[in-house]
Amino acid sequence: MDTAVIKEKASQALKSFGLPRLIITLFLLLLFIIAPLANVNIASGVSDMLTRFGMNSILVLAMVPMVHSGCGLNFGIPLGIISGLLGATMTIEFGFTGFPSFLMAILFATPFAIILGAGYGLLLNKVKGGEMMIATYVGFSSVAFMCIMWLLLPYDNPTMVWGYAGTGLRTTISVEGAYLGVLDDFLRIEIGHLAIPTGTILFFALLALLMWLFLRTKTGTAMTAVGSNPVFATASGVSVDRMRTLSVIISTWLGAVGIIVYEQSFGFIQLYMGPFNMAMPAVSAILLGGASVNKASIANVVIGTLLFQGILTMTPSVMNGLIQMDISEVIRIIVSNGMILYALTRKQEASR
Amino acid sequence: MRGESSMNVKKSPKELLINNLVPILFILICAFGIPLSGYSGSYLLNEILSRLGRNSFLVLSLLIPVMAGMGMNFGMTLGAMAGQIALILVTDWNVVGIPAMVLAALISMPVSVFLGWLCGNILNRAKGREMVTGYIISFFMNGVYQLVVLYMMGSIIPISSSALVLPRGYGIRNTVNLEGMRKSLDNLIPLNIFGASVPVATFILVAIFCLIIIWFRRTKLGQDMRAVGQDMEVARQAGIKVERTRVLSIIISTVFAGFGMIIYLQNIGTLNTYNSHSQIGMFSIAALLVGGASVDKANIRNVFIGIILFHLMFTIAPTVGRNLIGEAQLGEYFRVFVSYGVITLALVLYEVRKRREQRKALEEA
Amino acid sequence: MKGISKEFSGNRVLNDINFRLYPGEVLGLVGENGAGKSTLMKILFGMDEIRETGGYGGEVLIDGKKVDFHSSEDAIKAGIGMVHQEFSLIPDFSVAENILLNREPQRYSVMSEVFGKRLNTIDSKEMQRRALKAIERLGVALDPDKQISTLPVGYKQFTEIARELSKEDDAEEAARHSKDKDAVADASSIRLLVLDEPTAVLSEKEAEALLDAMKKLSAAGIAIIFISHRLQEIIEVCDSIMVLRDGEIIKQVDKEEADVAKIANWMVGRAVKSERVKRDTSHVSDEIVLDVKNLRVDMSGEKVHDVSFSVRRGEIFGLGGLAGQGKIGVPNGIMGLALARGDVFFEGSKIEMNKPSSPLGAGIAFVSEDRRGVGLLLDETLEWNVAFSAMQVNGKFLKKFGPIHMRDNEAMRKVTEEYVDLLQVRCTSTKQKARQLSGGNQQKICLAKAFALEPKLLFISEPTRGIDVGAKSLVLQALKRYNEEYGTTIVMISSELEELRSICDRIAIVHDGGIAGTLDATAPSEDFGVLMLGQVKEA
Repeated sequence: MDTAVIKEKASQALKSFGLPRLIITLFLLLLFIIAPLANVNIASGVSDMLTRFGMNSILVLAMVPMVHSGCGLNFGIPLGIISGLLGATMTIEFGFTGFPSFLMAILFATPFAIILGAGYGLLLNKVKGGEMMIATYVGFSSVAFMCIMWLLLPYDNPTMVWGYAGTGLRTTISVEGAYLGVLDDFLRIEIGHLAIPTGTILFFALLALLMWLFLRTKTGTAMTAVGSNPVFATASGVSVDRMRTLSVIISTWLGAVGIIVYEQSFGFIQLYMGPFNMAMPAVSAILLGGASVNKASIANVVIGTLLFQGILTMTPSVMNGLIQMDISEVIRIIVSNGMILYALTRKQEASR
Repeated sequence: MRGESSMNVKKSPKELLINNLVPILFILICAFGIPLSGYSGSYLLNEILSRLGRNSFLVLSLLIPVMAGMGMNFGMTLGAMAGQIALILVTDWNVVGIPAMVLAALISMPVSVFLGWLCGNILNRAKGREMVTGYIISFFMNGVYQLVVLYMMGSIIPISSSALVLPRGYGIRNTVNLEGMRKSLDNLIPLNIFGASVPVATFILVAIFCLIIIWFRRTKLGQDMRAVGQDMEVARQAGIKVERTRVLSIIISTVFAGFGMIIYLQNIGTLNTYNSHSQIGMFSIAALLVGGASVDKANIRNVFIGIILFHLMFTIAPTVGRNLIGEAQLGEYFRVFVSYGVITLALVLYEVRKRREQRKALEEA
Repeated sequence: MKGISKEFSGNRVLNDINFRLYPGEVLGLVGENGAGKSTLMKILFGMDEIRETGGYGGEVLIDGKKVDFHSSEDAIKAGIGMVHQEFSLIPDFSVAENILLNREPQRYSVMSEVFGKRLNTIDSKEMQRRALKAIERLGVALDPDKQISTLPVGYKQFTEIARELSKEDDAEEAARHSKDKDAVADASSIRLLVLDEPTAVLSEKEAEALLDAMKKLSAAGIAIIFISHRLQEIIEVCDSIMVLRDGEIIKQVDKEEADVAKIANWMVGRAVKSERVKRDTSHVSDEIVLDVKNLRVDMSGEKVHDVSFSVRRGEIFGLGGLAGQGKIGVPNGIMGLALARGDVFFEGSKIEMNKPSSPLGAGIAFVSEDRRGVGLLLDETLEWNVAFSAMQVNGKFLKKFGPIHMRDNEAMRKVTEEYVDLLQVRCTSTKQKARQLSGGNQQKICLAKAFALEPKLLFISEPTRGIDVGAKSLVLQALKRYNEEYGTTIVMISSELEELRSICDRIAIVHDGGIAGTLDATAPSEDFGVLMLGQVKEA
């Protein structure tokens, strides 16, 4: 075989894989290799990684529809998270427990997600081309607005409100007794240090499958075409604005479901400024998985979340074990924002 | 110059209202809130004067990238970081008073220039979405800043003062006391009117900066920036080096933001090592937008109106919250909401107007 | 200019062009779109584009000396100025600022010692003076303080010309400040001005003022090359006229020898080159299938003011005319891609305006002239490109599971393969991305997309623009065959008259946003030429 051809192919493969993704994959591998040196158990490392994968993957999946319809990365995911929080607090307020409480949380969250998503979608249709910046600030303002609402809304379940005042929700609310671990503990597999939250992963797989199927329907196909070339889609009789709004609603709803799944694993509902910084990790995870500002697949979601959460879980333990220095927070900031920067400045994206 | 151009085009009252929606909203909020807060006039005057002094420089530093068509410079945080690094070093060297500030400004300059150059070049690769990119850059550089300050200072970069370094031997503490230069500029020329102390020297510096901006608009570089800001392609055809001009605008902004941060912190008197810079960009931009600026047009008047209105709201919000609903926390959240909301509103109005104008241009063509 | 020739990737667009120009002479340059006018001017002006595509043959002589411009700056230095069709003006700047854009007179300032020359302040008085001087030479009333965006379009044009004129002042300036060696160096005064369709966008009054200005400049010894489609103007102002067609000089005459009819004939009349293909017209009926009344379309560069025409079932109807006259706006307006008003009836029922699904649902398909922008999903597979419209409009290529309609990838592949064979699309597989195909093959995919819709009426806009000769005839053949086999009515829009004449039954010529006239395709080409230039014979 011609070595030049091989070289060509290798460089092409590298290009499609992306240099940052390669570096981060290698870095993660390296972490796993040196983990034993730092007295870190690989099995528990993998378990942590899978648990966090389960917690975050649906939030990352929420990025997919909007990328497909050309609305860019959904920096406004806090809006979906707020819908989820409303659902979560309502299910506790009404005293649901166990698995029904989980379902009810999603059910309660759904109308909020649809209404907020529709409004948000209409807004984004008015600002085509400037979506990402505005999405970020829509997310921020809605979080700040809800801070006021959490204080004012008439919740009165004693597990949720401030003890001394009797009103206003607490900053963190335990979901114990409600839906804590309903998915994580379903068919949970435990072998030594290795624990797999089967239920959560299955639930993600179900949603991912639904998304995969949706993208293959007539409507899903139209949505992808809208993102790929809106004028083409218009010329084929597709309503661009409707597709975009639909994608925003789906994304917002997935954000709502995503945060509820996150809570059932994490154990707490985080209100007030909690959702504030939830967008960045989700955005950078999907980019890390190989998505770009206008292309994203389910595979990108899975790979990206695994890599991103892998780095997050492995770095602190390995680094601590090795050099007694915890720079994982710094690495998280640099990796996640670096990934977004890379995506924003890529040549082919610049033309859009 | 800008004022003239907007004057000779007649606008309907509705358009005027929409174009000035943000400041009008703020005037209403303040008019409603001041009586409710129960603050005395002299207290408010004192607060506003002090806030004008410490924020003007920062907000003014945003004007030049707007001129070059790069929108709100979310990357101004980079300048703030440079300023803070300089302040940490100066504090460690036990320099105090005005000399400390001058030294810090000198040290911050090369750092700012480098960061600004970096930021400008990245933004050139993301034309048309400078703001979101600048915003992410500020986050990214925040990581790098932490790496430097939290891990490299005290270990690689020598820091001798134990008051600065964390007990573990490296990294800077959460707060750095700037006792040595607290209000040294503000009180350089003492003056009191109506029981409010006026930071005369700071105002003089701000005035000088304003003059520099006015002068700058009339330089060749300023002219080029305005040309680039309006139409990159036409400017390029005319032989203006577009990319270089854009990078220069960001560098200038970053350097002045660095100076602004030093002035800001000398007024506050303590440096929150890991937090001070992170909010400053957002507050400065919100203030500028409150003053009636938009993403593509901003002038010195917008800066001062904006700071006065925005910080008036900021000062009274917690008490109004407490007096109205019995919850100071509510006011706190309210002002956070308003800051973000104002930016959102201004960005949306700008985008909507831009698209309407494009449409109009198409119809006229 | 002597023996100028130019090839674009094997395509000879200019062949052995020779002409000379005397000081103060005004030369009118006319020709159809694509005749080579712009290319010729680009060579003269030393544009990068020419060098990047392999340079040119022949030589350019100025004052008897051979010159070889490496960039447009060289050309400017040699005293050549060019005013392009598109404005390159900064809207919020004043007239004076625009005239002297990036050549502003500067005043020395101390700061510039430290930070470099760009911190010199601008001398606005001097700027005013020099702008006024240029405006005076042009002899029009233009206020240098006015903001460009508030000016009518004609004055924008004057500003551009004034900018070219003001460039000679730079020379004097440079001489005066000879210490300042970086200032625009050894420029000579302006000798030759190229005006590329300056009157196209002007009102009659503005155009008149411009022509006056041109006469004044010519009297001052400046030679002018004037490109225009308005023949009346050419005859009025030019000393001699040169007609280009297919990259060759057809005729170069003094203005005394020319009249509108003659020029029109020279422009479009070809030595019999393309034989009209035999058509089987048995399926053409007299029934009106498409009836367009008072169509008005707002499309940038292709405005339609008032167009009415009707098409018979089964015929191939042509819409011709020069670029920018509005023919492209017609299908885009009917298909809802550009803002439109008017009444369009298809098979007797009304088509809703500004709603693409309405004409599509009625069975009208459109192959856009903007292949890459409108016609294709560049980053998707050929299968998607071919099948998407038919899927969305007709519900084809779907598998139905109750209310859920899933994409049928197998059916999509089959139909794409079918069309790839039929139209001889060169591709590695149907999974290839549309972006990777050549222009001609992309066009075939666009056709396949339209055919897959099985339309009753097909609009096809500029079907052969930018594709090679082989693909051209294949595309035209495919259209003809499709029309004859399925009886599909076709409305073809093209700038190339000969192409229209080769397959259409009737051709309407669009001029200035309206229909100038409809002729049988067999009518003599002069008649078409006259219509294209808007010289409507009053009936």
